[in-house]
Amino acid sequence: MSGRTAVLVEGLRKTYGTHEAVVDLDLSVAAGQTYGFLGPNGAGKSTTIGMLCTLIRPSAGRAEVAGHDIARDPDAVRRGIGLVFQESTLDGELTAEENLRFQADLFGMPRPLARRAIAELLDLVELTPRKDSPVRTYSGGMRRRLEIARGLLHTPRVLFLDEPTTGLDPQTRVAIWEHLHRLRAEQEITVFLTTHHLEEAEHCDRMAIMDRGQLVVEGTPAGLKGVVGADLVVLRTGDDEEAARSVRERFGIEAEAGADGVRLRTPDGAGFVPRLCAELTVPVHAVTVTPPTLDDVFLHYTGRTIREADGPQQPAFGPRR
Amino acid sequence: MAQTDVHGPPTTKAGPPGPTAPWAAGPDRAFTRDLRTVKVLWRRETIRFGRNKLRIAMGMVTPLMFLLVLGTGLNSALSEDSLRDFRAFLFPGVVLMSVQAPAIAVGASIVWDRRSGFLRQMLVAPVRRSAILVGTCLGGATSGAAYGVLILLLGPVAEVPYRPGLLLVLLQVVLVSFAFTALGVAAAVCIRRPETFQVAVSLCMMPLFFLSGAMFPADGLPGWLGAAVRLNPLTYAVDALRRTMPGDGSAAMGDRAASPEWWGWTPPVLVETGLIAALAVLALAVATRRFSRVE
Repeated sequence: MSGRTAVLVEGLRKTYGTHEAVVDLDLSVAAGQTYGFLGPNGAGKSTTIGMLCTLIRPSAGRAEVAGHDIARDPDAVRRGIGLVFQESTLDGELTAEENLRFQADLFGMPRPLARRAIAELLDLVELTPRKDSPVRTYSGGMRRRLEIARGLLHTPRVLFLDEPTTGLDPQTRVAIWEHLHRLRAEQEITVFLTTHHLEEAEHCDRMAIMDRGQLVVEGTPAGLKGVVGADLVVLRTGDDEEAARSVRERFGIEAEAGADGVRLRTPDGAGFVPRLCAELTVPVHAVTVTPPTLDDVFLHYTGRTIREADGPQQPAFGPRR
Repeated sequence: MAQTDVHGPPTTKAGPPGPTAPWAAGPDRAFTRDLRTVKVLWRRETIRFGRNKLRIAMGMVTPLMFLLVLGTGLNSALSEDSLRDFRAFLFPGVVLMSVQAPAIAVGASIVWDRRSGFLRQMLVAPVRRSAILVGTCLGGATSGAAYGVLILLLGPVAEVPYRPGLLLVLLQVVLVSFAFTALGVAAAVCIRRPETFQVAVSLCMMPLFFLSGAMFPADGLPGWLGAAVRLNPLTYAVDALRRTMPGDGSAAMGDRAASPEWWGWTPPVLVETGLIAALAVLALAVATRRFSRVE
């Protein structure tokens, strides 16, 4: 057992028939980190979470979560983790408070403690005023907040969030992340989340890119972007073809004239622009400099953009009857 | 469950600072935990049941139609000598019918829980899956029995007087509705699509009810029908209820014996009740087996 490791994965593998959902995954998440698992639909993220949460039995390999082996001591793992699934998993007939109490009772929390924890968490996710309404009357964002509260109820060491903001509007998405950040500030908890929203991976301390069941690359968001390295510079000029040719000739940089202007990549985009404008003979109308995005990172490592890779939605937990 | 670090400082080096909540690692006996799980699931089902007043009212419509409309209608249509009171004869079947729908509905909740994901949320709790099923079945038994009580209150309409014997009937009603829920749960665990489940249930319930001796005496039927009725477990539930019920339901159809016979032998009520209990246990066992499988 390694010190202060919240999630440790060694050679984890899951096959459904001939389909390899997860292939020889190795992973280590330090305690207290927010760890992002990025990949297109069907990359094996949900299957991985399913295995780490003891819902799916691995075909091979081992993993330790919150200090316990997922195969040997699943109950201890379950006590140590909180879980928010991709889809809403609340009982719509019950109120928010009843949903939370159900969870507290399932985990065997003593009543007074549960009452206090429920009140605090409802406050944290700002649902106290609505705590007695049936959950079916809640909006998507409210449900999500309630689910996060439920995931935290038994004070887990690791909180798993499977696509925590899928299906929410951008505003709600921002609000959910605000809640998560507040949570991280208040409780020392490891957060392990999957997403196929690149911008969400930016919230993470470390992240891994998964594609076709395999871990492609792992590192900090900044580090991964550093590997790709180059800023994207887009120019609008009086004559794009001429400008592109000049850039190629004078700076030796690959540049292309396209529908939206001249596109080129260079490590220090902002520093490059003044030199560029001085050298170019054609009039420059506008310049934009974009630092590398995670989409670029994904493209760099997999040869596809994440949107191209987003195939048809795969069943989250293996084949269904 | 093996708990190595129950007391003392956490021996695991993993995890963020701050121990896991002390109660979470407490010396939680497996049995206490199962019992708690059963209780939690039972309470959930009863809360859900009580909350849906409209469904309760709707559930009463069909049984009442049978008892008041069909019963009264046939009473006046059939000749006096073959029948004394059809409503009295029909009453146990009506009770069964009222119990059946809510019990099956609770079984169906497992299918919906699977679709809504709520099931998965339960499965990741540190509880035994069989305890989840038992709790759900007890919840269904309670909901079913609640309907049963409502119908039993109408007893005097069908010449079933209020007698202490009704308490025995109530026990049977609880058993029968537990069996129904267990069957529903077993079906729900095996059939994963709500649509398929609905079709399967409605396909089964009608024949089961018609072939149960609820509406005509189970004995002395033409060969094929008699065989089907004798094979139907519901037959024994109806008959046990009818024979336990105060009043005169068994004799309400005149001289024809209402009870099923096995090669000239009429199984006693205790055997019939035992059959239902065995069916419930079997269904629960099948359900637990399927349900406990990890993908």
